[in-house]
Amino acid sequence: MPRDALGVLSEIKRSFITKQLKEGKRGDGRGVLDFREASITTNYVPRAAGSAMVQLGKTRVLAGVKIESGEPFPDTPNSGVLTTNVELLPMAFPTFEAGPPNETSIEIARVVDRGIRESKMIDTQKLVIEPGKKVWIVFVDINIMDFDGNLIDACTLAAVSALRTAYIPASKEGGKDMPLPVDQIPVSVTMVKIGDEIVCDPDLEEEQLGSARLTVTTTEDGHIRAMQKGDSGSFTLDEIKKAIKISSDTGAALRKKYFS
Amino acid sequence: MAEIKQIVMPGDLISEELGKPRNGVYKNSDGKYCSSYFGIIQKNEQGVDIVPFSGRYVPRRGDKVIGKVLEVGPSMWPIDINSTYNTLLHMNDTPWRTTSGDIKRFLGVGDYVYAKVMTLNEIKESWITLKDVGLRKLEGGHITSIPAPKVPRIIGKGGSMVNMIKDATNTRIVVGQNGLIWIDGTPEDVIEAIAAISIVEQEAHTVGLTDRMEKYLKERSVK
Repeated sequence: MPRDALGVLSEIKRSFITKQLKEGKRGDGRGVLDFREASITTNYVPRAAGSAMVQLGKTRVLAGVKIESGEPFPDTPNSGVLTTNVELLPMAFPTFEAGPPNETSIEIARVVDRGIRESKMIDTQKLVIEPGKKVWIVFVDINIMDFDGNLIDACTLAAVSALRTAYIPASKEGGKDMPLPVDQIPVSVTMVKIGDEIVCDPDLEEEQLGSARLTVTTTEDGHIRAMQKGDSGSFTLDEIKKAIKISSDTGAALRKKYFS
Repeated sequence: MAEIKQIVMPGDLISEELGKPRNGVYKNSDGKYCSSYFGIIQKNEQGVDIVPFSGRYVPRRGDKVIGKVLEVGPSMWPIDINSTYNTLLHMNDTPWRTTSGDIKRFLGVGDYVYAKVMTLNEIKESWITLKDVGLRKLEGGHITSIPAPKVPRIIGKGGSMVNMIKDATNTRIVVGQNGLIWIDGTPEDVIEAIAAISIVEQEAHTVGLTDRMEKYLKERSVK
């Protein structure tokens, strides 16, 4: 994950945050497992098939969905295609540069993609127009507008919200426009380990302080759909079990709050 | 919503009746005064200023700023003061008895100092000093930041705003001219003070902010 623009974390902030964590609180006054308030605006881009702007604290991401007809992959002739792409816009953060995707943006895109794909959120079987020849291809493009930590969760929220409002432009193929078939709702919860504490939804400073990061994406039935560990630190087995418990509980609360 | 000050875009005409044009105003080819920033018009006795909504800190000699140590050299500390260039603090400009090569024990990477801009060159590269009353290494507390052009708003007329926040939240606050703010107190009070400062930052373009902040802080303290 990107560091502070100059790569130097302030000693004062570090001691303030770690001191607060010992009291079971966060640097910005949140509880250890609390998420920042998210605001989701769907249909933010009227010309897209589906779109959503998500603001999570000061982190702001915009997801757009485009659905086109095209050829399926030869090994999966009977299912549609889903591709996810994340762009770190230079205006979001001083260290973000324009150009081809880098390690960070690929990681975010793949974790978001995995959560959506493995939860079977989109029934790709229903995206077939003509088996082996023509299927619907769903592009999810996510742009990071402002960066203040926890891009993975913000991007998952945005991608899921955008897909939920997306429609298939079937009228172009002689059919009738229809909403994208959406089933499960994956919700990702990212945690970082600071000292021995696990905190949810890290902001920029906490992300810099954390020794290790773990993202767990769950669906309503409690199944784990995606997991990603980042940074150089380590988690013990008990901590991973605790993190999974946290993510399914917090994920359920988020799903209730934003997707019901 | 409270009454807001007039917002201008770059190139917008500034009425000459407002007074002598000062910072952020230029004369276009027709001889008319225009704004060079996206910001608000600030009128005072000396003339009219454009206060931009955001931007980096432009150092001025004598300003007291808060800076973060980026590196430790043999005899200098490169310091980030949120300006276009990093500034330098030489070991001879500190109150400590330093010897070259052993300055790490006084200031390490990531430490903050409250320092004064000592010299400036034509392109605003600066050198800072710790040799003056009240200048020191900042220890404990917490740091928050706002865009440098909004610093006068946080301080208020004769320090009215910052003193009000200090009294209401029971904290010690040091405001650097470069937009970095150091706050010391109990963690709850510090978080209160940061919340108050962010309100001032977001509503810096409105009129009568001090009165509204007074009301806000009173309501908070009742709770």
